Amino acid sequence: MTRTLQAAWTIARKDLRIEARSRELVYTTLFFAVACLLVFAFAFVRERPIDNAAAGILWVALAFSGTLALGRTFERERQGETLRALLLAPVERGAVYLGKLIALLLLMAAVELIVVPIVGLLFSAPLLRAPALLAGLLALGTIGFAAIGTLFAAMLVRASSRDVLLPILLYPMTAPLLIAGVQGTAAIFADEPNLALAENWLAMLLFFDAVVVTVALWVFGAVMTE
Amino acid sequence: MMNRLVPVLLIAAAIVFGYAPFLIRDSPAEDTMGVVFKIFYFHVSSALTMMLSAIVCAVASAAYLRRRSRTADHLALAAAELAVVFGAIVLITGPLWARKSWGFWWVWDARVTSTLVMWMMFSSYLLLRKYAGVGSETLSAAVGVFAGVMSPLVYKSVDIWRTQHPTTNVLPSLPPGMRGVWLWCLVGFLMLYVALMALRTRLAASQAALDDLHLALED
Amino acid sequence: MSGGPHAPEPDDFDHVTVRDVSRTFGRRRALARVSLDCRAGEILAVLGPNGAGKSTLLGILATLMRPTDGEIRYGARTAAEAGDGLRGRIGVLGHDLFLYGELTARENLRFFGRLYGVGDLDGTVDAALTAARLSDRADDRAGAFSRGLRQRLALERALLHAPRLVLLDEPFTGLDDDSAAHLSARLRDLRRRGAIVVMATHDFETADAVVDRAVCLDNGRVRDVAAGPGPLRERYRHALREARA
Repeated sequence: MTRTLQAAWTIARKDLRIEARSRELVYTTLFFAVACLLVFAFAFVRERPIDNAAAGILWVALAFSGTLALGRTFERERQGETLRALLLAPVERGAVYLGKLIALLLLMAAVELIVVPIVGLLFSAPLLRAPALLAGLLALGTIGFAAIGTLFAAMLVRASSRDVLLPILLYPMTAPLLIAGVQGTAAIFADEPNLALAENWLAMLLFFDAVVVTVALWVFGAVMTE
Repeated sequence: MMNRLVPVLLIAAAIVFGYAPFLIRDSPAEDTMGVVFKIFYFHVSSALTMMLSAIVCAVASAAYLRRRSRTADHLALAAAELAVVFGAIVLITGPLWARKSWGFWWVWDARVTSTLVMWMMFSSYLLLRKYAGVGSETLSAAVGVFAGVMSPLVYKSVDIWRTQHPTTNVLPSLPPGMRGVWLWCLVGFLMLYVALMALRTRLAASQAALDDLHLALED
Repeated sequence: MSGGPHAPEPDDFDHVTVRDVSRTFGRRRALARVSLDCRAGEILAVLGPNGAGKSTLLGILATLMRPTDGEIRYGARTAAEAGDGLRGRIGVLGHDLFLYGELTARENLRFFGRLYGVGDLDGTVDAALTAARLSDRADDRAGAFSRGLRQRLALERALLHAPRLVLLDEPFTGLDDDSAAHLSARLRDLRRRGAIVVMATHDFETADAVVDRAVCLDNGRVRDVAAGPGPLRERYRHALREARA
């Protein structure tokens, strides 16, 4: 078990090292997210932003940019067929899954650190009303989304039409996570906030994450052997 | 055995569906919605059939991932297709009913929304199957398993979401006079489902056998 | 953080047995009832036209793919019985080299060394860099290397954990004479140390100098290539003619 976690961390560190060199993924994902926010502003702002648009806009922007980041982190493993090299290592297949997942989560955390304040700014969202709760919702929602996304992106690496198939598969599948995330965030941002409800959604996200990560770990090994 | 059962099932289903309109016509009209309510018999039966198919797909997919048996794969594919078909029936009859009963086409309640999401999950299964290329059986099996696992979670999350905004569009509970009719229709749907599953699985098996012959011919 | 020592002895084996292995992709049969045996201290060449199934065979030997039929035993056990540790005894030089272009040569080796639980990581990596004659370019990005240099690095990456079974997919492609000679020397060294080397190749002349045995794959079927006098290319052509007759 420790060996698996150690291997996962080795893989995650490798991704972080590569990312630190070029910073390509973090910059482009970030700017894409902001570009999304811009488009949503055109759609949803009247004299003021539509009620509670901020929560939805935030999560949709993260879902879209997260999907792109997933695609591109595995595109990196396509060159040189390094994903196969990882699968050849004498560690549990789950270590490869966890390693890629951890690296992606760290990337998304960096993106969210910037995007969330921008959302607060552009759409007058009360970020500081319940910061720990908001952070919790974002963290758990991102974990669940990335958990399913990492599995699907990995299995699509050698498939045709993989660019468009990833979102087609991912968005319906992550619906519970997105609903919980948006609704929890909306409960915090609302004019009459309902923090107890937000906490409920947080608990649901925790449950969803546990289910999703468990199933993904179980399926990953079977799916990656051709 | 299944092959001989199929025509029997189809004939029985035809009889059930043939007689159903008369039963439905004679069943008591529901208080608030009147005649329009009677679409309910087919609508709910389709929904239940779709959910059954979703479970079959998920279980068959899991079995395929463990054992890589062709039969499991054929079953999963057939179940996914039928989930999409019956789901489409639900998604078409639903808005028709809603329009007539409440005046609008769509309502974002738990059942409708989760049906839509499930329909999309299984549609994505089929798209993956068709367009991903070699090895798509294994990939779609992963999707099948996840679709099965996520479906109840979808329902739960939409349910909690929408109970924050209670609507007046509450599905009435079933008065006794209607139960018999509903069961009649449900039985018809289930027989049709089993027959279609058998036919579709047989088709998939025949295609696989054809591939085998193709290969044997090269020897 | 440098992982444990070498994979424990129980995972080791001294011969590989392929029995009636078939692999189909829908309507395409890549391998048809292939059987062969390889022993420690032997270099086996797998020859054949493009699309004959060589890469598929190597993929199955590497446990990346499952055969549709048949089985492979590493010593006494199949891959399923042996578990994840088996992969620690297998080294693969793939067609696409398995290197991260954004990492330096040293970083590539250190990364894979960690994953494979190589003991004395620094020492092993230094030795590998020396063997690849890349010590002076150890801290350059692998993506900046020429094909030949990357190949040398990729080979050392594959051998870092001293695997028992070494699988090479077209290793001589794009190598100049110097690098090819270096690779041949490395392969002979592996044979001396008791490795099982299976190599898919097109390069008859270079292979001739270094292989012990050859088989040829044609349309998924395997056929022995006669040992004995005459250049490998001739013996291969002969085997191919016989197979198609």
